[in-house]
Amino acid sequence: MTTSASRTPVIAGVGLSDYPKAPHLDSVGHHVQAMQRALDDCGMAKADLDAYVGAGGSHDFRVDDAVTMAEYLGINHRWIDSTMTGGSSFEFHIQHAAAAIRDGQCEAILITYGSDQLSKMGRMLGTGGFARSRERIPGPMQYEMPYGCTLVGAYAMAAQRHMHQYGTTPAQLAAIAVGVREYAQLNPSAMYRDPLTVDDVLDSRMIADPLHKLDCCVISDGGGALVVTTEERARDLRQRPVYVLGAAGAQTHWNISQMPDYTVTAGSLAGPRAFGQAGVQPSDIDTIQFYDSFTITVLLLLEDLGFCGKGEGGAFVESGALRRGGQLPLNTDGGGLSASHPGMRGLFLLAESVRQLRGQAGEAQVPDASLAVACGSGGWLSCIGTVVLGQERPS
Amino acid sequence: MSAEAPPPPHVAPELPAESPEWARPLPALDEAGREFWAAAARGELVVQECPACGHRQFYPRLACTVCGATPGWLACSGRGVVHTFTVIRQNHAKPFRNELPYVVAVVELEEGPRMMGNVVDCPVEDVHIGMPVSVEFRQADEAVGVPFWRPAAR
Repeated sequence: MTTSASRTPVIAGVGLSDYPKAPHLDSVGHHVQAMQRALDDCGMAKADLDAYVGAGGSHDFRVDDAVTMAEYLGINHRWIDSTMTGGSSFEFHIQHAAAAIRDGQCEAILITYGSDQLSKMGRMLGTGGFARSRERIPGPMQYEMPYGCTLVGAYAMAAQRHMHQYGTTPAQLAAIAVGVREYAQLNPSAMYRDPLTVDDVLDSRMIADPLHKLDCCVISDGGGALVVTTEERARDLRQRPVYVLGAAGAQTHWNISQMPDYTVTAGSLAGPRAFGQAGVQPSDIDTIQFYDSFTITVLLLLEDLGFCGKGEGGAFVESGALRRGGQLPLNTDGGGLSASHPGMRGLFLLAESVRQLRGQAGEAQVPDASLAVACGSGGWLSCIGTVVLGQERPS
Repeated sequence: MSAEAPPPPHVAPELPAESPEWARPLPALDEAGREFWAAAARGELVVQECPACGHRQFYPRLACTVCGATPGWLACSGRGVVHTFTVIRQNHAKPFRNELPYVVAVVELEEGPRMMGNVVDCPVEDVHIGMPVSVEFRQADEAVGVPFWRPAAR
């Protein structure tokens, strides 16, 4: 990136709100608590924020839409972004925020997210149905809703096709959940911390063939906040800045029936662009924080970002590379599969990457982690955002 | 909501009477989709074909996704193959929770486009990728027929 040293974009502050279950907070409460913690983390005053980004997500009278939250939090922004690509929104936000910082549009950007979905709605979201009986459905979903496909079912159809084309096995998918659980055992806030085996996953209830209950992420409360600013501004702040080395997003479809190839996501487009900006290769990366809404999500992203060849994801997972002590530890906070999944998890991927690159991950610390990739998947494997983060400023 | 409040914008006014047997969600009958559902109510499966560039597409849209022209309609054979599928074993929503387990599939039509549907009239264990299927229609109301798929006759 040809950016003047002073305007190099960095993530300077990170805050997570209480999870996995926080009945004392509503959605806005998660945004607020996360903001307070992020500002405290980096030592920046709220008055110094001059830009805001939010994806919304709460459907109650748009209480946490970007414009509502900017008003609520009292941020008189001169730059705003409300991109909503589902769970990957925050990787897209970093792409946009980094460009705005480089461009001189603003100096300090706050990104927040919050969800009280577990406390408010319970745990049937993945198979609770999107529509009521006889509800009139507008738009593209009118061609899907009459058939009773669930959220889990949509991802299951991708898994089924990958198994058909490449011989991927349920045990290989299960190994992803097992590795992530090892890290959840190190996270006191993780929703599930008991040891987990491949057989445990395969013996858990089938939800939508070939995905079992333990191939699916948890449903939790939670929220997060990031402060993105210039390298120069970060020099006066508390934490070692984490550099945004590359960030790119792409979309292949939105609704699952429109996915062009059920074995290939837009990560195949976004990944190479992000690596190209950063001037690094997948083999240079020390840890990955990938969207694990379902085990198949991780498998497809690994292949599409080039950590292994297309169709080789199953064998790559079985090699143990993604586990604690492996060459490419995955989801070191316990991921969506075991720790937390508050509706949209993309911000957590960035927060955990920052924690690793600052060397603040405690027992879960990946030794000498200097390059991390956060990759979010939004919708139904639809919108993939990839962010390459580093300890050192770009050369 | 007060009595003066307008109806939610996606609810079309003056809808035809619904079949008492049909408990699933229904299409809102918008400008692009009305003909598809009406054709299915007549027992015909149609997709769109672009008169300008020849591109075929499903779902129906007001513009061709390739060249942007206004699409026309193409009658289909009603035959296709299962491109991918899943067996839904948990769904808490009515009425589907009373129909478990059932197959949701993406069917690739002989004419090219794909569409989501249910494969019925066979054990869920028999469904596989590449399976030939043919269409049948169920009537949701007088303006809406809904395509379903069953194993193709050998």
